[in-house]
Amino acid sequence: MLTYTIKRIGLAVLILFLVMLAMYAMVFVVPGDPAAVALGPRATPALKAELITRMGLDQPLYAQVWNFFRNAATGDLGFDVWSKRPVLSMILEVFPNTLILGAVALGVALVLGVSLGCLSVIWRGSLIDRVLAILSVSMISVPSFVIAIYGLLIFSVWLGWLPAIGAGEKGDLGSQARAVILPAFAVGISWVGYLARLVRASMLEVMGANHIRTARAFGLPEGRIVARYALRIAIIPTIAILAVGFGSILSSAVFVETVFSRPGIGSLITQAVAKRNYPLVMGTVLFMTAFYLVVVTAADLLIARLDPRVRDVYRS
Amino acid sequence: MSTVAEINPRRRTALAALRRDPMGLLGAILVAGFVTMAIFAPLLAPYDPIKIDVAHKFAPADFAHWAGTDQLGRDILSRIIWGARTALGIALTATGLAGVIGLLLGLVAGYGPRWLDGILVLLFDSVSSLPMVMFALAVITVLGPGTSTLLLVIIIISIPGYARLIRAQTLTLQQADFIQAERTIGASPARIILRHLLPNVVGPLVIVLSMDVPVVIMLEAGLSYLNLGVRPPTPSWGNILYDGYTSLRQAPGMVIAAGLPLVLATLGFTFLGEGLRDALDPKLQLRVPK
Amino acid sequence: MTAPVPLLSVENLTITYASDAGPVQALRAAHLTARAGEVIGIVGESGCGKSTLASALINLLAANARVTSGAVRLRGQDILTLPEDAKRAIRGRHIAMVFQDPMTSFNPVLPLGAQLTDFQHHLPQTRAEKRTRARAMLARVGIPDPDLVLTRFIHELSGGMRQRAAIAAALLMTPDVLVADEPTTALDVTMEAQIIHLLRALRADHQGTILIVTHHLGVIGELCDRVYVMYAGQVVEEATVDDLYHAPRHPYTRALIACDPAHLETHTPVLPTIPGHLPDLTAPPPGCSFANRCPLVTSRCHTAPPPWVRLSDTQAALCHEVAP
Repeated sequence: MLTYTIKRIGLAVLILFLVMLAMYAMVFVVPGDPAAVALGPRATPALKAELITRMGLDQPLYAQVWNFFRNAATGDLGFDVWSKRPVLSMILEVFPNTLILGAVALGVALVLGVSLGCLSVIWRGSLIDRVLAILSVSMISVPSFVIAIYGLLIFSVWLGWLPAIGAGEKGDLGSQARAVILPAFAVGISWVGYLARLVRASMLEVMGANHIRTARAFGLPEGRIVARYALRIAIIPTIAILAVGFGSILSSAVFVETVFSRPGIGSLITQAVAKRNYPLVMGTVLFMTAFYLVVVTAADLLIARLDPRVRDVYRS
Repeated sequence: MSTVAEINPRRRTALAALRRDPMGLLGAILVAGFVTMAIFAPLLAPYDPIKIDVAHKFAPADFAHWAGTDQLGRDILSRIIWGARTALGIALTATGLAGVIGLLLGLVAGYGPRWLDGILVLLFDSVSSLPMVMFALAVITVLGPGTSTLLLVIIIISIPGYARLIRAQTLTLQQADFIQAERTIGASPARIILRHLLPNVVGPLVIVLSMDVPVVIMLEAGLSYLNLGVRPPTPSWGNILYDGYTSLRQAPGMVIAAGLPLVLATLGFTFLGEGLRDALDPKLQLRVPK
Repeated sequence: MTAPVPLLSVENLTITYASDAGPVQALRAAHLTARAGEVIGIVGESGCGKSTLASALINLLAANARVTSGAVRLRGQDILTLPEDAKRAIRGRHIAMVFQDPMTSFNPVLPLGAQLTDFQHHLPQTRAEKRTRARAMLARVGIPDPDLVLTRFIHELSGGMRQRAAIAAALLMTPDVLVADEPTTALDVTMEAQIIHLLRALRADHQGTILIVTHHLGVIGELCDRVYVMYAGQVVEEATVDDLYHAPRHPYTRALIACDPAHLETHTPVLPTIPGHLPDLTAPPPGCSFANRCPLVTSRCHTAPPPWVRLSDTQAALCHEVAP
């Protein structure tokens, strides 16, 4: 298990290193110098000179790369070009909003998805199963921001039941909860379909396995078989996917956050991209990638704990 | 995209299976509709999609403008029809190019020297462990928004998935008896790749490509919605949706009209892709939503 | 004179599977009797219905299987028609099974000890007591370090250890009926010999009956008292092991013995096989199922179902051409 843990974490660190290197290199392959690109048409020589110093562009290349990595490793992601605030604190300020949205979305998806999946297993082969299958595929493929806008139109503009914009009043849990309903549903809906499918497939597969037949042959109650013998195995792919899901939900929340003008990583980065605010964009991308890698790696390690077969593959 | 023609040997079974699968058939009909729309946009669109007519802005839907006009008085139906050309053009070009590059890299990784395989796999792993939207935004920041950036981003994001599929298939096939036999009689690598590997790996690739088309359509529309993809005035379902969003209270019909083709096109391509997969290779898994 | 009620009996059991080509008749009027202390062999080629019979004995038929007639009686009581709870109470406790492939028959993500403890859920003892009992049973089947094995996952054990663990699991509740489905198929020759040795040792102190389901005549000869030969879903011959080898009566049994590599009398470059193939079980022939492969076939074999001819107290065959 220890070897596996080290290998898995090492791989994540290596990937993060490559990503940073690629992002840094990308700035240099673009024609024109980065400071001018970042400032756009508003560039004056004085502003440019200041920015060049601030971004460290006047130093030799190896020193720039070294500084970039050293700073990133200590959590210093540089300063916002416009407000001159540290990028990391700007990210941390809005990240909880995105985290809440992602968690609620995944929670909704988990509850609805697993229930729909179980319904399909219980009534497998019936009309309900077939309708749920079509519904699942439809939910997976419909774009989240279209759902968001339709939801906004129906529940906020026409019915007036839910707020159209923002993340709710600070300190008022009720208004925050109301503000998260529509965005979370929009972000989570494709995961409802996906999890329903996944749970159905893995549950059916496990319930047909030989060892389930053995457990039945020893007269174990069906409830115990499902809870202790089947779910432990059927849940493994779901956990793996959920982790990947959490990482990608936070990123793809960009669209939905924009639709609802909800403060978060999405609004932060789209505004930064439009203004070509390099340090802010790169810092946010790096932060989100690192977060994603941490979640995925943690999930892999959890899976290795749950399924001894996985960890033995790495032992040899 | 020659979805059906490329899987020639199994063509008849594929068509027969689609006929027995009502959702697949529905998908095929929707896709055919959108393809027609894209190809014949100049003939089908009643107005010039970028002609501004401020005097008639926010016109409600009537016989002159079936879906009304937008904030600049442009005919929404015409913009939607031309938007189909944008959406399908980008989606098919991007998946097609990514498919070809992924095929080549996958063959190299699976058939080439082991050290090269190690490097390529690490590269694939690195790219696919990036959150897709974040990566897209980073590239757009550097290169500036626009259609060519969009294509580049989608191609880079998609390659690892296809290359890994091809690599896995190639590695499995190399163990197959008929390829071992070819090798013992001294067949050249080129012959083995062209005559044996290629025909066997193309089928699954085509299915995966067809299932990725809706994902790309969605990404294009999403980025164009954020004004970071296709630039106005070129019509895209994404920027029509954004125009509608900004005038949601004056003209709610606009977002409804712009969202509908997006929903129908993604559903259509998904149902078709699923139908093809079920008919040809039921073992292929649906990919994680993005 | 009334015979005592046998421990286990199968009467006139007919089971069909639903399939796209129509119902497949997997078992047709199968029957057998087993008394306490007996070791019974059930032998036949794949597709003869012996696995279906084994599933019926532990009351775990596939979802598409249907019992169209007959009964499986444990001490005279039909267990196929019991309510689900009552069936569950019998499984594992009164009738236990050693499955064919122990690798896939144990849960891959639970340690062996947890499963062996769970399998004793019929008993009132604490988990610690059940664990001690599992430990003793592992030692009984010749596992050298039972404490270690209790903490292991099934994939961490060798083939022979897995099979021993499967036998230990089945014996935990000292069942009246032990069904062993191809107990040695997954093993190499050396392991097979060891497992047969173990089963022989166990049969000495087992009070109930053991049923060994196999296609392997060697295993039957080593372990069994009496044998039922199955063909195309029917029991075609019943005999003692001695008679099976030395005086087989049904033409199919004879062919089977003749094809057994262990009984070839002269060297031959190719293993003999029975020419022809199994009849279509969606539409079994009206006469004898073996008629199209039988060297003794006459015209009535194709038209009339063969009678069950009692040849002696211990031998009988389903054939037109055998005479008592």
